[in-house]
Amino acid sequence: MTKIAFVREKEIPPSAPPITEVGIIGWLSQNLFSSWLNSILTVLSVYFIVIMLWDFIPWAYGGHWNTKSLRECLDLDPDVACFSVLAARWKQLLFGLYPSEEYWRPTLTFIFLLLAAVPILFPKFFRFFWFSIIYPGLAVWLLWGGSFWSISIVYIGLTVGTLLFLSLIRRYLKNYIIAAILAFFFTAVFFLFIYNPLVVLLNGILPISLPFVESLKMGGFTLSLIVGVTGIVASFPIGILLALGRQSNLPVIKMICVGFIEFIRGVPLITLLFVASVLLNYFLPPGTNFDIVLRVVIMVTLFSAAYMAEVIRGGLAGLPLGQHEASASLGLTYWQSQRLIIMPQALKISIPGIVNTFIGLFKDTTLVSIISLRDPVGLASTIRADQKWNGIYWELYVAIGLMFFIFCWGMSQYSQYLERKLKTDK
Amino acid sequence: MEKTKINITDEIAIHISDMNKWFGNFHVLRDINLEVRSGERIVVCGPSGSGKSTLIRCINRLEEHQKGSIIVDGTELTTDLKNIDKIRSEVGMVFQHFNLFPHLTTLENCTLAPMWVRETPEKEATEIAMEMLEKVKIPEQAHKYPGQLSGGQQQRVAIARSLCMKPRIMLFDEVTSALDPEMIKEVLDTMIQLAEEGMTMICVTHEMGFARQVADRVIFMDDGQIVEQNEPEEFFKNPKSDRTKLFLSQILGH
Ligand SMILES: Nc1ncnc2c1ncn2[C@@H]1O[C@H](COP(=O)(O)OP(=O)(O)OP(=O)(O)O)[C@@H](O)[C@H]1O
Ligand SMILES: [Mg+2]
Repeated sequence: MTKIAFVREKEIPPSAPPITEVGIIGWLSQNLFSSWLNSILTVLSVYFIVIMLWDFIPWAYGGHWNTKSLRECLDLDPDVACFSVLAARWKQLLFGLYPSEEYWRPTLTFIFLLLAAVPILFPKFFRFFWFSIIYPGLAVWLLWGGSFWSISIVYIGLTVGTLLFLSLIRRYLKNYIIAAILAFFFTAVFFLFIYNPLVVLLNGILPISLPFVESLKMGGFTLSLIVGVTGIVASFPIGILLALGRQSNLPVIKMICVGFIEFIRGVPLITLLFVASVLLNYFLPPGTNFDIVLRVVIMVTLFSAAYMAEVIRGGLAGLPLGQHEASASLGLTYWQSQRLIIMPQALKISIPGIVNTFIGLFKDTTLVSIISLRDPVGLASTIRADQKWNGIYWELYVAIGLMFFIFCWGMSQYSQYLERKLKTDK
Repeated sequence: MEKTKINITDEIAIHISDMNKWFGNFHVLRDINLEVRSGERIVVCGPSGSGKSTLIRCINRLEEHQKGSIIVDGTELTTDLKNIDKIRSEVGMVFQHFNLFPHLTTLENCTLAPMWVRETPEKEATEIAMEMLEKVKIPEQAHKYPGQLSGGQQQRVAIARSLCMKPRIMLFDEVTSALDPEMIKEVLDTMIQLAEEGMTMICVTHEMGFARQVADRVIFMDDGQIVEQNEPEEFFKNPKSDRTKLFLSQILGH
């Protein structure tokens, strides 16, 4: 027989954790001073941060904003920043040579850009996706101006083409390629024979137009955004197709994709931009006016599409073969299984790489200054060539750097948010 | 338990004749002849590497055979994509490693193929999916992701996902061998239930108890060939070939 000596009748209430485990002190001791090495590193890092800020804060905080030239700044106090250059030239940094009475147009385009991004970035607002669809046309019209109809009819043509494609695969054919060719054919007919008369007609009935602004006037951060955003949006689907093409069983498609990717990746972007700015004119028939901004956008897009393709290929390779087999065994076609099963997972795996490529592309847009387009970095040289601001460095580049940083940091934050959101295993 | 044989009909579900397959120079399947009638339940066993998986993967064209013919439900498997898609939508397959789609919930895993392949409206697809999830006894997991389920639950979802396509034939490839012992039973029970409902089934498995209980025929493969086939009682009591005897002694020995 067992003799029970003691039975606890009341549960011991949980006691508070020792002070070293909670609060600021707990956090500090766990994260910053957990070992000798850790403590030394903490102290050293704090020391470096302090000496950096020690000079920077008074320099930036006491900066001048209202002087007329660098000379004036230096006369007042040579040890602080001369932000007057920004006050004097911020319009150029933002809009380049865009006519000042039309500044509202790039501004509105930018606001619409933020709105158009919302349905794409946050599925909750997907019902506003129609705005993201019309945005590119709206943006082109607002920025370059001209007849409203010439752009809206393009949209109508493309919409009809897309609907045709969709109804073809839905009703008559399961074959995407034949449907695509047919839809393309009818869309081409529309643009060749119906487009022009229709635009002329509508312009006659109800002329809506904005003053035309030529591409060489585009500049500053507006230009960076035009090139960067278009490049990002366009290179993504092209990259997906290239990645799929590279894995294709059809040798011709595979060879074309591999050749394209390897060629583009093997050539510096700067070379491609030179080709865009100079060489293309030799190849094109004389008199063709192939817009310089468009040429640059195409080159930047192709360049980052090649990188995108490789990033996505990495994601595709990370998927177990079983996913392909399971979707095939359920009877899904190649395109269905790519779209519903393979790509969603491959893209999710590749988010860090994709965003990395986007950020790289966005910053690479500053290279257009070398083919004398006026992006912020190009403008910085122009501004410094002005004798009033000759000799100024830090203030301009800090401001430009900050503008790029805000966008790139935003992209990086969004990608982290997306990764957290798409996590389905916990 | 008494086996129900009333379901077996004279209709031929799968007809394989003189089928051969190579992986490069490696002759995996040699002169396979097999006829499966509608409603028949077949267990395939044999040593590792004998070609069991390859055989059943040829039936829905996950692998391509090079010689001979395979006719499933009256449709011959050729390079014609239409035939392949048709056969795949009528033949369900469950894999050793489940292969659920991790980015979709259990329910979405089940409704996806009916909605896209059969163009079933979402509401109806959801009803079918819930019915199938109930059949495999996990309707309460419908809104979880595969990563949040146990192995046994995942495998049952995989079975439900196949069933949602209302297949006429189900292929099972060692569906319990990646599972912990305590989960094997729940999956086998689901399969037994299916068998009793008269589904045509080909199961690659080493669960001899299952074979005894539900199989109409046990097929033994070795070296890419069908070495022996018989009713389970006979197969286990009086194996004819030496290779079968050796295999059975190894597998039943411990
Ligand atoms: N894709 C492939 N390429 C080359 N050889 C393969 C391939 N798939 C399988 N094999 C080979 O074919 C043979 C049969 O493989 P299979 O997977 O059909 O065997 P199994 O009987 O299912 O074995 P297990 O019981 O281990 O699953 C094996 O020797 C295997 O190495
Ligand atoms: Mg196997």
